[in-house]
Amino acid sequence: MRFLFKTDYEDDIKLFPHSGYYVSYGILLAFLLIAPFVLSSYLVSQLVFVCIYATVGVGLMILTGFTGQASLGHAAFLAIGAYTAAYLQQYNVPFPVYFLAGGLLTGVVGALVGFPALRLTGIYLVIATISFAFIVEEVLARWESVTHGNEGMRVKTLSLFGQAVPQNGPTFYYLCLAVLVLTIVGTLNLLRSPTGRAFVAIRDSETAARSMGVNVSLYKVKSFAISAGITGLAGVLFAHKLSFISPEMFTLQLSIEFIIVILIGGTFSLHGAVLGAIFLVMIDPFLTYLKDDMPGIIAGLAATFGADSITANKIHANAAAIASANGLKGAIYGVIIVLFVLFEPLGLYGRWLKIKLFFQLFPLYKRATFKRQKIYVKSERNR
Amino acid sequence: MLDFVQQLVSGIALGCVYGLIALGFVLVYKATEVVNFAQGDLMMLGGFFAFTFIGMLGLNYWLGFAGAVAAMAAFGMLAERVVVRPILGYPQFSIIMATIGLGYFLRSVVGMIWGTDDFKIETPFSEGVLRIGSLVLAYDKLSVIAATIILCALLYLFFNRTTLGTAMRASSENMLAAYYMGIPVKRVVSIVWAISAAVATAAGVLLAPITFIHSNVGLVLGLKAFPAAVLGGFGSIPGAVVGGVLIGVIESMAGFYLPQGWKDVAPYIVLLVVLLLKPEGLFGVHTRKKV
Repeated sequence: MRFLFKTDYEDDIKLFPHSGYYVSYGILLAFLLIAPFVLSSYLVSQLVFVCIYATVGVGLMILTGFTGQASLGHAAFLAIGAYTAAYLQQYNVPFPVYFLAGGLLTGVVGALVGFPALRLTGIYLVIATISFAFIVEEVLARWESVTHGNEGMRVKTLSLFGQAVPQNGPTFYYLCLAVLVLTIVGTLNLLRSPTGRAFVAIRDSETAARSMGVNVSLYKVKSFAISAGITGLAGVLFAHKLSFISPEMFTLQLSIEFIIVILIGGTFSLHGAVLGAIFLVMIDPFLTYLKDDMPGIIAGLAATFGADSITANKIHANAAAIASANGLKGAIYGVIIVLFVLFEPLGLYGRWLKIKLFFQLFPLYKRATFKRQKIYVKSERNR
Repeated sequence: MLDFVQQLVSGIALGCVYGLIALGFVLVYKATEVVNFAQGDLMMLGGFFAFTFIGMLGLNYWLGFAGAVAAMAAFGMLAERVVVRPILGYPQFSIIMATIGLGYFLRSVVGMIWGTDDFKIETPFSEGVLRIGSLVLAYDKLSVIAATIILCALLYLFFNRTTLGTAMRASSENMLAAYYMGIPVKRVVSIVWAISAAVATAAGVLLAPITFIHSNVGLVLGLKAFPAAVLGGFGSIPGAVVGGVLIGVIESMAGFYLPQGWKDVAPYIVLLVVLLLKPEGLFGVHTRKKV
């Protein structure tokens, strides 16, 4: 195993602590760059969604994961970004301008939400963000002169420096990938700056942070603004990817999906946002696959274990009926969330860390290393 | 003026509906500091149980009502045992997520078993109206108002006057200390989930003639009841009902006097304003953290 000998603060905040990182991230980047040429167009399209969801995940991670402020209203920020893009595009504003404008406007709105959120914690903050999202949804549906109400808005094909970038082509994928990578690098840099340290301090203990001289209100508002701004940028890409947006796309359901992204990925690291996005987006093709092939597999298994052909057929039919039942997806979603909360609270990235540590420490790995502390004493009401 | 009174009364009736669901939120929160996002879905499931007993098996209304309440109390205990107990003591947010997951699961399973149509239960209150002067009130709405008042009073007395209620309040303040004092915390939590599922079922059955029963009714009403609970100050039983009535009255007034669209948003705007001015809700108790 590798021991990192740190002699300097600079060593501690390096983005790439040792050379192994260059190799592994290099390979990952190379794979992502050749992906459009080797994967089917459907998978590339899913990868674009992964990039967009991961960008939102990074934004939400700053707020929820690092500042400790829960939000169930991020669909609204995504909507503001998307509608800004669609609106400005009508006036032939070039892409880079409305891309940044979308992020900026959403960031300002995020800061405006951040101010009332200052005094709220826990459940009150959750309900306040839900309320905000409902209000935005309703405004989008009613402000017809700008948003065309429930009819929705068409988003024209993206054009970058005079070149058309169709939303299914590889260029659009590279664009989304670039935005994701830049967001991640920017966020990593933010997190190792005093601002990021202040966020983490607020998450761990607001009182302690305040007594160390951290201006809690200022940094909470900053966190809201940055998180919302990143989500707004993702919203611009989201609008282009779907090429049509309407208010009913940006519901509470979508906000919950974003929370699922960071929850399943692991709420303590940016890796989690990406892993969670991969999981959430790729579960759809996986479920379709299950629907098509699972009955056959189950019936085959039954036949191997001695069931006669009539029973096997029955099993096949039953499995097919269950697999194609309406709303199965919801049930699977629900079970996945509950299972993750119960058994893998650190998410996919936590699992990865555990496996890595297991091999690093091979015979000496202790399961209790990652055990969470249960707190029965302190009431969250007294925060 | 008559319009105003009529709107006020129907707003109060609607608000009692929200209050009834909000009571379930508050119960669980008061006793365990857990926010149960699946409360609306428990209500929906209770409605479906009652529909099965009354509509499909043809039981007497009151018998079916009691059966549904008993079945749901058992289900509430089961849900607590499987989903909530393993994560008690962890940050509130993980429990919120777990109950959101439970809600997803219940909605989708109910949709698979009973289908996605609207169902109706024949009740003794389904028809008929009460007339006071030129004011008209349907019996089904009156039954909701009456049930809300009765349940609220019962639960208030239960929490403040009985030993079990005191034990629940104690375990909510500090589970560990309560345990040291000889309170069987696990059983207390289990009982409180049973009670809250039973209250939810009562709400579901009483609402059946008004909103019908379908697999999404819990989500829709739960999202209105939730602001009601917050408005009243999470953890206050009278607060839940007052919050519910406020939300109901605001909604029905906004629907009548303001342009279209305000009806759905007005409760949330009021909620945000109240939270801005009084972050712990109208009846909440503000406490400072000791370091």
